Amino acid sequence: MDLDLSAAESFRAEVRHWLRAHVPATPLPSLETGEGFAAHRAWERELHAARLSVVSWPEEYGGRNATPLEWLVFEEEYYAAGAPGRVGQNGVNLLAPTLFRYGTPEQLARVLPPMASGEVIWAQAWSEPGAGSDLASLRATATRADGGWLLNGQKTWSSRAAFADRGFGPFRSDPEAERHRGLTYLMFPLDAPGVTRRPIGRIDGKPAFAELFFDDVFVPDRDVIGDPGEGWRVAMSTTGNERGLTLRSPGRFLAAADRLVELWRERGDASDTALRDRVADAWIRARAYRLKGFETISRTDDIGAESSVNKVFWSELDVALHETALDLLGPDGELAGEWLEGYVFSLAGPIYAGTNEIQRDVIAERVLGLPRAGR
Amino acid sequence: MRFVLDAEQRLFGETLDKLLTEAAPFGVARDWAAGRHEPGLALWRSLAGAGVLALAVPESAGGAGPLPVELVTAFHELGRHGVPGPYAETVATAVLLGRLPGGSPASAWLPAIADGTAVVSLALPPAVPYALDADVAGLVLTVDGQELRAAVPGEARTSLDPARRLFAVTPGEVIAEEAAAAAAEGYDMGALVCAAQLVGLGRRLLEVSVDHVRTRRQFGRPIGEFQAVRHHLANALVGLEYARPLVHGAALSYGTPDFARDVSAAKVSAAEAAYAAARIALQVHGAIGYTDEYDPSLLIRKARALHSAWGSPAAHRARVMSALA
Ligand SMILES: Cc1cc2nc3c(=O)[nH]c(=O)nc-3n(C[C@H](O)[C@H](O)[C@H](O)COP(=O)(O)OP(=O)(O)OC[C@H]3O[C@@H](n4cnc5c(N)ncnc54)[C@H](O)[C@@H]3O)c2cc1C
Repeated sequence: MDLDLSAAESFRAEVRHWLRAHVPATPLPSLETGEGFAAHRAWERELHAARLSVVSWPEEYGGRNATPLEWLVFEEEYYAAGAPGRVGQNGVNLLAPTLFRYGTPEQLARVLPPMASGEVIWAQAWSEPGAGSDLASLRATATRADGGWLLNGQKTWSSRAAFADRGFGPFRSDPEAERHRGLTYLMFPLDAPGVTRRPIGRIDGKPAFAELFFDDVFVPDRDVIGDPGEGWRVAMSTTGNERGLTLRSPGRFLAAADRLVELWRERGDASDTALRDRVADAWIRARAYRLKGFETISRTDDIGAESSVNKVFWSELDVALHETALDLLGPDGELAGEWLEGYVFSLAGPIYAGTNEIQRDVIAERVLGLPRAGR
Repeated sequence: MRFVLDAEQRLFGETLDKLLTEAAPFGVARDWAAGRHEPGLALWRSLAGAGVLALAVPESAGGAGPLPVELVTAFHELGRHGVPGPYAETVATAVLLGRLPGGSPASAWLPAIADGTAVVSLALPPAVPYALDADVAGLVLTVDGQELRAAVPGEARTSLDPARRLFAVTPGEVIAEEAAAAAAEGYDMGALVCAAQLVGLGRRLLEVSVDHVRTRRQFGRPIGEFQAVRHHLANALVGLEYARPLVHGAALSYGTPDFARDVSAAKVSAAEAAYAAARIALQVHGAIGYTDEYDPSLLIRKARALHSAWGSPAAHRARVMSALA
């Protein structure tokens, strides 16, 4: 397919213009804190009012039917403008695509508009203390009740669940079934009776994720996504998005790489060619990610397991880019600030959304066609 | 803008793949290395017949180009099959000659390049200090400041890649003045097609390695079941998958002010990705990969040689940074 980059230029101009007028002059407090969460929610409302919060969604849900190219352009402008992090990202990137694929019309109409406006912010509740990489070993249960299901057990590492409104994830509904069957995908309120949340400080102390305890939490049938027992398949349809382009768009890394080049201009020591080369590499890799993004949206086939190639690439790029920035800052690198915040965030990239070891196994098996290993 | 090949370009690549598979180029490379050039020259003529060299020659001189996207498609296949010969040098020369100001008599070589009757080599010091295969080339050139000169080949030097026969040159008779800008463009195109060749050969090494680890058994199972082995190969794929769009993207920026910068970005990542694939290929093959007689070891050696040919990664990184900062 031909990509006509100029076709998105008027959209680019509109987005740039709007962002220039609206992006807060001073950065909002970290979205991994209670105060920052609220500030970022207010920002989502503002974006939504301009119909810029979920540009690629259909208009009826608050989007503007943007093409994939326009979405990439939006993301480039968004991050180039230094606009705030997206507090609703896990709902928008991980739940909405699942709903578009498996949701009922009623669910779409009910769930998507308040997600688009930031009124309801969603947390992903997949991991458990005993089920990380081996997600299919999860043990939190959903048992049949009158008109719905009762949830019991524990989830953990749920990003921003301490402040979010609702959660989604797979629960074991048939303990007898083979472990990939017998799962059901559900949505639930985080303030429901029976839910206890305990914030967990991430490596810099900010309460970025939370443990969730479920004690007979009632969920009505209308909040089941897909068929009961089909939760694994429903969940796996999300991982393509999580590992593919949508979670981490090229714009993010392009903007970070440009800022790194700027930092080199300001503080770089021209004789330090080793460091200069790392700056060059970060910029080159961000450009590679952008071009690969254009290639991906030009393709007509499903990228499938190739999204794992993507995930390894961006997560390693993000760490290398931020390490380079800290090295450039020298003794100031340890000081709190935007580069350090970015660095701390980047360190988790190789862990969440399926660790990079798991991704390499997926690549080996499903992209390269190597024999299945005992996992 | 097309960020993927169109149907015609894909077909072109497939046609070359088929032609090259039939030509058994590893044997051709071994002959070439031993100084038996005839099979390699026959392959040169058939690749020219398929239109490969005309892609670098302007239409006004009997060619079809320059068509950078088609060129990188072709060089990807030349790389995959380890074809010996001064292809990048000839392409770079064609671009250089096509860009000389005014009518230079040297431009008379262009139609012969396009139709495959002329094999050309070129030294562009400091990045390209030796002329590859100067002993088979009908025309050997070098650039000295502003001047394009005939080059007089000296002694042959031995390369790690036995199919790369390198010759030191001394500048001879002046062929054209004010050639520096044309030479810079020739250099960029040479570096670009070298990058494409690297991605192609890296791909091939990955394919060969995947085949090997599926069949080679140790400890009662295919070694491809061992995670250390699997992850090496996954890493090789990640590198190559992101080098290719940079090569394609640089081809798309031909004719814009960003071309040199984008070529450098492509050459850096192609060199690093192909070299990493070569190291990994060697490792997962064990001793067989370290032998002279195992054909893919020709590619392992070529990966190292091309890594630093047409500008080292350090030189290209420096060019990227001087374009940016
Ligand atoms: C910042 C952050 C945010 C997160 N947000 C969420 C969220 O919102 N919702 C949610 O549900 N979860 C979330 N997670 C959890 C995340 O999905 C898990 O951390 C991840 O799946 C890995 O699980 P684990 O931590 O239990 O590690 P483990 O699975 O115990 O892995 C530990 C190490 O062992 C390796 N390993 C495990 N199995 C294999 C194998 N078969 N082969 C090779 N190596 C292996 C891993 O690669 C890793 O290096 C988040 C995590 C982080 C760090």
